[in-house]
Amino acid sequence: MSALLRVENVSVRFDGEPALDRVSLAVQDGEVVTVLGASGSGKTTLLRVIAGLQRPDSGRVLLDGQDFAAVPPHRRGIGLVFQDHALFHHRDVQGNVAFGLRMRGDPADAISQRAREVLDLVGLAGFEHRSVATLSGGEQQRVALARALAPEPRVLLLDEPLGSLDRRLRDRLLEDLAELFEALGVTAVYVTHDQAEAFELGDRVAVMRAGAVVQIGTPDELWSRPADEDVARFLGLANVQDGRLVRPEAVTLRPVADGERGDAVVASVARRGPAVHVAVRLDDGSMLEAVVAAVEHPAPGDRVAVEIDPAGVVRVPDNVERDAEPGAAGG
Amino acid sequence: MRTDPRWWRALAYGVPLAFLTLFFLYPLAAIVERGLLAEEAGSALDVLTDPLTREVVWFTVWQAVASTVLTVLVALPAAYVLGRYDFPGRSLTRALVVVPFVLPTVVVALAFLAVLPEPLERGWAPILIAHAFFNVAVVVRIVGTFWASLDRRTAEAAATLGAGPWRRAREVTLPLLAPALAAAAAIVFLFSLTSFGIVLILGGPRYATLEAEIYNQAVRLFDLRAAAVLALLQLGFVALTVWVAMRLEARLAGTGRLGSERDVLERPRTAREKAVVVGSLGGLALFLGVPLAVLVERSFAIGDGYGLDAYRALTSPTSALLASPWEAILNSIVFAAAATGIAVAVGGLAAFAVAAPQGSRILDGLLMLPLGASAVMLGFGFVIAFDTAPLDFRSQPWLVPVAQALVATPFVVRIVAPTLRAIDERQREAAALLGASPGRVRREIDVPVAGRALAVAAGFAFAISLGEFGATVFLARPDRPTLPVAIFRFLGRPGELNVAQAYALAVILMAVTALTILLVDRIRIRRGGWV
Repeated sequence: MSALLRVENVSVRFDGEPALDRVSLAVQDGEVVTVLGASGSGKTTLLRVIAGLQRPDSGRVLLDGQDFAAVPPHRRGIGLVFQDHALFHHRDVQGNVAFGLRMRGDPADAISQRAREVLDLVGLAGFEHRSVATLSGGEQQRVALARALAPEPRVLLLDEPLGSLDRRLRDRLLEDLAELFEALGVTAVYVTHDQAEAFELGDRVAVMRAGAVVQIGTPDELWSRPADEDVARFLGLANVQDGRLVRPEAVTLRPVADGERGDAVVASVARRGPAVHVAVRLDDGSMLEAVVAAVEHPAPGDRVAVEIDPAGVVRVPDNVERDAEPGAAGG
Repeated sequence: MRTDPRWWRALAYGVPLAFLTLFFLYPLAAIVERGLLAEEAGSALDVLTDPLTREVVWFTVWQAVASTVLTVLVALPAAYVLGRYDFPGRSLTRALVVVPFVLPTVVVALAFLAVLPEPLERGWAPILIAHAFFNVAVVVRIVGTFWASLDRRTAEAAATLGAGPWRRAREVTLPLLAPALAAAAAIVFLFSLTSFGIVLILGGPRYATLEAEIYNQAVRLFDLRAAAVLALLQLGFVALTVWVAMRLEARLAGTGRLGSERDVLERPRTAREKAVVVGSLGGLALFLGVPLAVLVERSFAIGDGYGLDAYRALTSPTSALLASPWEAILNSIVFAAAATGIAVAVGGLAAFAVAAPQGSRILDGLLMLPLGASAVMLGFGFVIAFDTAPLDFRSQPWLVPVAQALVATPFVVRIVAPTLRAIDERQREAAALLGASPGRVRREIDVPVAGRALAVAAGFAFAISLGEFGATVFLARPDRPTLPVAIFRFLGRPGELNVAQAYALAVILMAVTALTILLVDRIRIRRGGWV
């Protein structure tokens, strides 16, 4: 299968420290791949290499089979939405959105028509002559997106585009983005540290750690078979021990009946939206997390009986060694 | 909100205002009276319509414009390197580039007399080159610092949108740099407009700016009325430029900055980047270093060989002066020390008044006036203002340090006030909540912080007073010349030894100035702008 964008064995070192370590990634036409990783895992560097802003020490980037090594960023036709937007503060909204069209040499009327079109698309119709400094964070983010989309890039890269926004705004923009990607059939690489964002937007999710892609797959694949214990923990699956992952929804807690001894004591209870996360301490001292989707739930200190649905238990390998061939990285 | 006791505010406002009124506004009024109102004055128009005046004004303006353009062109490569790259010796470079700026104008003029080939020695060309030498620091510091705060990603965003290197420079970097370039250019224009020592020495007989012409009219032709009219004309030009420069600087301070230096600066990695860094800084080092080196070399040159003859001759009486050159050195140091004391006292108090939360912007502007009024105008104003009782101070030796202090005070305010403003108000609030009275807060919080800034300001004030020429040349008595005045007198005499002594004195003046600045530079404070 030929991919539109192909990253092959790319490595980057900063002052001797590896920032990217033999990263490979293939993105199909019309596919959205989200890259999920903690800060410092190399996500941003990966985007900069694809955009041509960072020269890789080894490896190569291909678009449509063409090796991009000698192609400078301004001839790549790749759009990038920067973290914190990097808008042109010396130009108004229209000036920002039209920039790429002007560079392409479009005629003036085509430019203003396309700019209007894109601003309409991101919900900023009528903002043409506003100064970007007067816009709210969410509006600036939309301008950054419109600016990158306007010249119809072959691949769109997004670097934590929602990172600086507050939670409610983020949720709304996330929905808008998902719709937009769907409607335009955009090919995109979307970098984030937020697993909810990664899972909601990505056709596939690549998990990065210490400069390497440790796993890539559909959200369902990742959720059901995390590559190793750290990936499982990073995805929010707390019950990992000795290569055994117990999914929290497979754990059932039952109040002890009279005379029954039970298996554990409730350590803490936290409600997160509709679900209640209950952490219990088993009698052998280990911790286990359960998710209770009910209004009624045990309280800290209660003794409970624990039942585990065997279907919810997965074996996970130990942490993937950096030198091992990351079999999952091929997709 | 902090309120200062009344006596303190009276002191902080009263002393600077009284000083300015007596030694700046009153001489200014004397110039107005002499130029426009005095009985023998007639119409000032005949001075203004004189073809000579038109020629002088034209030269003053175009040489200032050309000097500004040349300075920016010379400074830009170094500003680019300091704004984009991190390399060993970066902060040392930033410090060294300021040295020419604090050198006395007489020294700079002599350095170019020494280095330029004979046909280029006098005329408009050496004036422009010397102005670029003198002011390059202003552009390198302002533009370089601003450049280092520009987010790299803005230009990168332009690249991903299809802009090549030249279009990025034209469409993104230059427009973003514009406020810094404009502010720096306005300051360079101001200094070139009021340049005196360089024009007087390097201009030769044909090229005079308004400053030089005021001196010519007052001292050589004794036409005080013409000098007064020209001084008022100059004041108009300068006030306009100061106003523009201050507005541009305020706009610069208000420009939103996105990046911090740490994110923006990169080590030069490729061979090409290293060549750019070395080439830009090396070129600037040659431009700044060679004239000074040649100046030193010439001070030792005797006949075909080298020797200390010029320095030895400094102790003996000379026909060029009514005192021995050594006495000139001593006079300079005594006058400069006195001027420093006055400038630090007046400027320090003014800085407190200006930096207080309810501080006066009017006082701030008023204090900047002497900076713009030009030294020649101050000296000339003293001469015609203090010649009648009860203010007959003619040939009072203390007029020299007072005039020098007037020139140095704006710099003191500019160094100390930003430091005071930068003190977090919550520190004072915390001290007050812990039981400190307003006076105690000032003593415990403001003074220790301002102390370092005051020390730096004192160093600058000393260096400025030491090299002050425009005002001092009017006021120094023949038997009490300062170093710059002595150098100027030696230059006006024929003979190899006289010229060699001028070079030797210039080297001594340069050494004392550089030593002062190096001492001051060891004190680290938060500095605003270009000083």
